[in-house]
Amino acid sequence: MTLTNVQPSRLAAPRRGASPRARKPWRIGALIRSHLILAFIALTTLLPFAWMFFTSFKPLQEIDQLKFVPHEWHPENYPAVFQQIPFGIYYFNSVFVAMWVTFLGVLTSAMAAYAFARLRWRGRDTVFKLYLGTLMIPGIVTMIPNYALMVKLHLLDSYTALIVPAAFSAFGTFLLRQFMLSIPPALDEAASIDGATPWQVFWNVIMPLARPGLIALAIFTFLGNYGSFYWPLIMIKSEHIRTLPIGMLYFDTIYGRQTNLLMAASVMNIIPLIILFVATQKFLVKGIQLGAVKG
Amino acid sequence: MLFLLPNFLGFAVFTAIPVLWSLGAAFTNWTMSNTVPLQWTGLENLREMLHDTEFWLYSLNTLYLMVGLPFAIFGSLLIAMLLNQKLRGMVVYRTMFYLPTFTNGVALMILWKALYNPDFGPINSALSWFFHALRIPLEPPAWLLSTHSLFALSPERVGFDAKQFGLGARDALIIMGVWIAIGGNNMLLYLAALTNVPQDLYEAAAIDGAGRWKTFWNVTWPQLAPTTFFITIMSFIGGLTGGFDQARVMTQGKPAGTTITLSYYNYIKAFEQVQMGYASAISWALFAIIFVVTLIGWKFGSGAMGDV
Repeated sequence: MTLTNVQPSRLAAPRRGASPRARKPWRIGALIRSHLILAFIALTTLLPFAWMFFTSFKPLQEIDQLKFVPHEWHPENYPAVFQQIPFGIYYFNSVFVAMWVTFLGVLTSAMAAYAFARLRWRGRDTVFKLYLGTLMIPGIVTMIPNYALMVKLHLLDSYTALIVPAAFSAFGTFLLRQFMLSIPPALDEAASIDGATPWQVFWNVIMPLARPGLIALAIFTFLGNYGSFYWPLIMIKSEHIRTLPIGMLYFDTIYGRQTNLLMAASVMNIIPLIILFVATQKFLVKGIQLGAVKG
Repeated sequence: MLFLLPNFLGFAVFTAIPVLWSLGAAFTNWTMSNTVPLQWTGLENLREMLHDTEFWLYSLNTLYLMVGLPFAIFGSLLIAMLLNQKLRGMVVYRTMFYLPTFTNGVALMILWKALYNPDFGPINSALSWFFHALRIPLEPPAWLLSTHSLFALSPERVGFDAKQFGLGARDALIIMGVWIAIGGNNMLLYLAALTNVPQDLYEAAAIDGAGRWKTFWNVTWPQLAPTTFFITIMSFIGGLTGGFDQARVMTQGKPAGTTITLSYYNYIKAFEQVQMGYASAISWALFAIIFVVTLIGWKFGSGAMGDV
């Protein structure tokens, strides 16, 4: 009754839901209509991106003209961004923080998930329910105490403050637990009988088999952190530690009239995401569909 | 439990303890400064909240911004159904539709701020051209600079004001929100759910001579009920706690506070006016509402989920 019950392999199975009616000739008209609607939605989705792309190549005086495509192409807008703001530093900070959060987050989540999915210990289900319950807590509830904690520890304006609080994920634990439950227990039981310690089972049996889940969680975590806004906004005070979203915010506030440069910065902001998405789509779609669970 | 320990420690320090801390803080005048002595004020924050006009105005903003949710949800369902028919290019469509969700963030907000620019943004350029061509005597809306809304909400008090009817900043944010969400995670969830509807149900419906609508209402819709339920609850929670990022980036809460949501108000109270106690009370009020909504949803939802 839950989406969890769907085995990962079944999600990849041939699409049974796709209607066999599609092959009948009278469905061709309906198919064309579907394509027309989908193409219209795709156009609506892509137009803003296209505008962003073309505007990023326009000279400033063309901004308020109605032409969609630049009359004069100015690729030098891109290096100009780096001259006006330390965009390279923002890039580095964002990727550096997001990588650390991803590494720590996935590792600790995987270990916790293993404890919940495979090991037997007293109070396991109670603790797991506690974890589940906190998924409902809105971020703003914990934001103020965490801010106060960082102030007390004199960690404001540090990488540590950006990385450590973000690196422990109840959601990640939950997602990986679901994934590990779908791994046949016979595999690690066999390893245990052969005398493997829980650590060996974890590293040599569970982790390799859970790879698709780990990759999906890694993408979510990276993505969530690369775009993270609220927490960095209250943590970051000085320029050298700004991440991309915070740097972009100040760029927009100070140089807001230079739409062409803002769009160039935005294009550079989302290009790594588009590459990441195209490269990992398969894992991602499965991960999202697996992560949505009720009950 | 060595495996659980690292995650559990982090969980305790950054989630479990802060939740309790914030609950306690909600009953104090905590300001994080040494000049004001910390005092237990009991229900004072709650009383203040009930008499705080801003709180109610911003609650109304939050609710109004959620008007887009049903459109986003049903739009996702429609797209998922269109994609779920062995179409050529399904993956290409899916990739394009998912793009706004995947790239969502400050960059897209800055993009939409430029799109909505009333003077030289492409949206108003297109609208002006369109109105002019069809000789419609209308001015394009001022979007992010306008306090208008389709519900004609008054910006000063909780109520309506006919002069405020039109398209304004909040509507702009709603449209952007639908654009971002419609082809995103909800669509993927519906797509997975549609794939798992047993094919024989459709065959049985076809044998019974059910038309397209009948098949949808009697087979697809009930089979998707758990997914719809899940998506609705999650969207609701997201809507109640959301709205901060785009308002901070695109409008700074302007014009006249019409884009300030509860999460933004919480930010203002906590990090601009350093009234940590009052801000904690607001966040706990939100949490309480979410808790109740989820529980009610669960009660009704379990019926809908039934024997699926």
